Amino acid sequence: MVTRVLRRGWEWFDSRMPTVGAEWRKHAAEYYAPKNFNFWYYFGSLALLVLVIQIVSGIFLTMNYKPDANLAFGSVEYIMRDVPGGWIIRYIHSTGASAFFIVVYLHMFRALLYGSHKEPRELVWVFGVLIYLTLMGEAFFGYLLPWGQMSYWGAQVIVNLFGTIPLIGPDLSLWIRGDYVVSDATLNRFFALHVIAFPLVLLGLVVTHLLALHDVGSNNPDGVDIKKVKGPDGHYLDGIPFHPYYTVKDLVGAVVFLAIFCFVLFFLPEMGGYFLEANNFIPADPLKTPQHIAPVWYFTPYYSILRAVPPLFHSQFPGVMAMGVATLILFFLPWLDRSPVKSVRYRGTLYKSWLAAFVIVFFILGYLGTEPTTVWGQFGFDAFFLDTKDVATWVARLCSIIYFLFFFLMPWYTARDKVLPVPERVVYHH
Amino acid sequence: MSDNEKVSKTRRNLIVATSAVGGAAGLGAVVPFAASMWPSERARAAGAPVEVDLSRIAPGELGVVEWRGKPVWILRRTKEMLESLKSVEARLSDPDSKASDQPKYAENEYRSKNPEVLVLVGVCTHLGCSPQEKPAEAKAEMGADWPGGFYCPCHGSKFDLAGRVFKGSPAPLNLVVPPYTVVSDSKIVVGEDEKTKGA
Amino acid sequence: MKTILAILLALPLCAFASEEGYRLDRSPHDPRDLVSLQSGARTYMNYCLGCHGMQFMRYDSLKDIGLTEAQIKDNLMFTAEKVGEPLKIAFNPKEAKVWFGVAPPDLSVVARSRGADWLYTYLRTFYRDPKTVTGWNNAVFPNVAMPHVLWTLQGQRGLELESRKEGGHTTVEYKWSEITKGTQTAAEYDATVRDLVNFLVYAGEPNGINRRPIGIFVLFALAIVFVFAYLLKKEYWKDVK
Repeated sequence: MVTRVLRRGWEWFDSRMPTVGAEWRKHAAEYYAPKNFNFWYYFGSLALLVLVIQIVSGIFLTMNYKPDANLAFGSVEYIMRDVPGGWIIRYIHSTGASAFFIVVYLHMFRALLYGSHKEPRELVWVFGVLIYLTLMGEAFFGYLLPWGQMSYWGAQVIVNLFGTIPLIGPDLSLWIRGDYVVSDATLNRFFALHVIAFPLVLLGLVVTHLLALHDVGSNNPDGVDIKKVKGPDGHYLDGIPFHPYYTVKDLVGAVVFLAIFCFVLFFLPEMGGYFLEANNFIPADPLKTPQHIAPVWYFTPYYSILRAVPPLFHSQFPGVMAMGVATLILFFLPWLDRSPVKSVRYRGTLYKSWLAAFVIVFFILGYLGTEPTTVWGQFGFDAFFLDTKDVATWVARLCSIIYFLFFFLMPWYTARDKVLPVPERVVYHH
Repeated sequence: MSDNEKVSKTRRNLIVATSAVGGAAGLGAVVPFAASMWPSERARAAGAPVEVDLSRIAPGELGVVEWRGKPVWILRRTKEMLESLKSVEARLSDPDSKASDQPKYAENEYRSKNPEVLVLVGVCTHLGCSPQEKPAEAKAEMGADWPGGFYCPCHGSKFDLAGRVFKGSPAPLNLVVPPYTVVSDSKIVVGEDEKTKGA
Repeated sequence: MKTILAILLALPLCAFASEEGYRLDRSPHDPRDLVSLQSGARTYMNYCLGCHGMQFMRYDSLKDIGLTEAQIKDNLMFTAEKVGEPLKIAFNPKEAKVWFGVAPPDLSVVARSRGADWLYTYLRTFYRDPKTVTGWNNAVFPNVAMPHVLWTLQGQRGLELESRKEGGHTTVEYKWSEITKGTQTAAEYDATVRDLVNFLVYAGEPNGINRRPIGIFVLFALAIVFVFAYLLKKEYWKDVK
């Protein structure tokens, strides 16, 4: 009886707004995705899940947070102590921020593994990089809001980076801050950008990213084009409808993710000072600079690159440029990669080695960015080229060079690489 | 049952089961969000019960305290005030306080635990203005038969010395009696009684 | 499990151990010990609240650690009228800045910024130093503006620093000496400080007590959802050959 009522209700709705049903079929019930998706393919839906988690927890935080330099820090403690269940919501949002970047980095890595950035999916990749950059902005604005020492000084340092740009730098910094130093004016506008502007941009970009993907169809771990082989029913032989197969599989992925997420939330919310930094439990003090300012862990690879570049003509601008190039080079990946083959499974040793090297240096750079440059001590000897004796800085320089070479040499080593023959059909074991 | 039907039945059962546990977990997840919208500790501290020292209020006088943002009146009624209560009953809309809001111990002819001490929320039950105290002596402005009580300047509602509304007033109900505890002869706590303790 | 995680997470933090500074002792506090927490609360009210407020802690939060409202009002509530009020200090912070050179910081979340180990070590490493304004100095926090408030309990101690160069590394040896005895033995004083640190950790995150039990319940619930979700997935994927 109930099912009949629901069916009649749906028919009433569908006859008046067929778009909903049509879009459901196009993007889920009749979107044929390759059947050989593996572990690396969970992170797209997980990224969407984290986006929803952040928006919902963010809304409830905004109900009690005060974007005023005198009240902000206190309002966060108010949420942690006085608001019933507030501490859970806060930890959801802080854990979610780090989770977002872990998921997004793994999601991007999948592309590098299987060539998901290559033709015809260049736009999917480009929109993805735009999402990544917007996410970095969103995280940067959000981090000022608790108004702790790290919030304040981290923002001060990053905004000052813009100040190194020749000619327009100082004015640009002034315009971003709305004041001569990071202040209440900055806090208020970062609040507006973090709560409304950037989330709207993110949502728009995510929708575009998914539409671009669905227009060309998903890649797969073998890099095989499933559209080439159709079955007797007209559907791709190696494809399965996203719903119910991947909805049901991604549900399992989501539950496992949530278990890990909740473990962190309830048992390790600070994650040793990486998710919630100790220094940020000290209210912002414009008169007292902390001994060691570092950005949150997800920015540290780029921060490392910035710090590794020595000043030129007393300007830190070359470092800023290097950091900018390190981020923006991502856009060009589809055109740097000249391999005839998509998936790492059929690529040669050159690509595999460079990819492995890239991952290793990314981690090293990331770690070094969280520490002061003195973390690995000094060289015992002296030499004319040693502008600094910090071991860590030289390691960061080497790693930065490898990072850039991964991209700059890619057109050469991907073209030269000895590839394996790609199968006609995907490799799937039931 | 054919194999196909068996499969469908299994699927349907699994969908129902997964939806049920998933839905329960989902509801659990909603709890902290919904809970966060209840008054916070800060609001509850601000809305905490208020202690009133009765020795500061002379017989026949009105003391006022703030509780949860509203004025609460404490009237120390004299013998004459108490005696006048019966005589006005004919002129009241709800002399037995059947429709109005008061704790059980105020459901009597005096609308209070101890006849001598009247506790009322000083907010008119019409549209929320705060009425003025008009003692019996104010017959010049209130009329020759004014027994004493309260007058709301906004729309003219009148209440007697037990907070009961006079007929002809725009206000529909008697004034609200808040929960309170009589701790001793000289102390009451407004905002808390046996029932509401810890609320 | 916790140890493995602690080790893994401590690896990057090992860098700090290599930096100069007094080696921190591990704080032995037990967050589940209510008696310890209550003792720490009492020490705080008697010795610390005079200068250090905890503006984000309310007096009635102390019900979490097993105290009744009456006990809080009678024994601990020195600076408020109502039990719902926060722990504010008795005097004006601006005046404190004049007296001490720096306003004594609010300690609501000090356990989250400094850490329990730092606090435990700091409170036990004060020593007499005629060169400072207060006559006190501290091994963990050199030239701190705070005097040794607990000196009557610990007694007065002196400290001599000896630097030694060994194969390119400079090691500093800390030589402690006793000047006067306090009312507590070393072990008793350590316990007092442990309880105080316990209270500070609790005050830094009052909901920390609830966190773990709720977490266990949530993980358990998710495990159940996982079982059904997994069975559902396996059932549907039978179709895919």
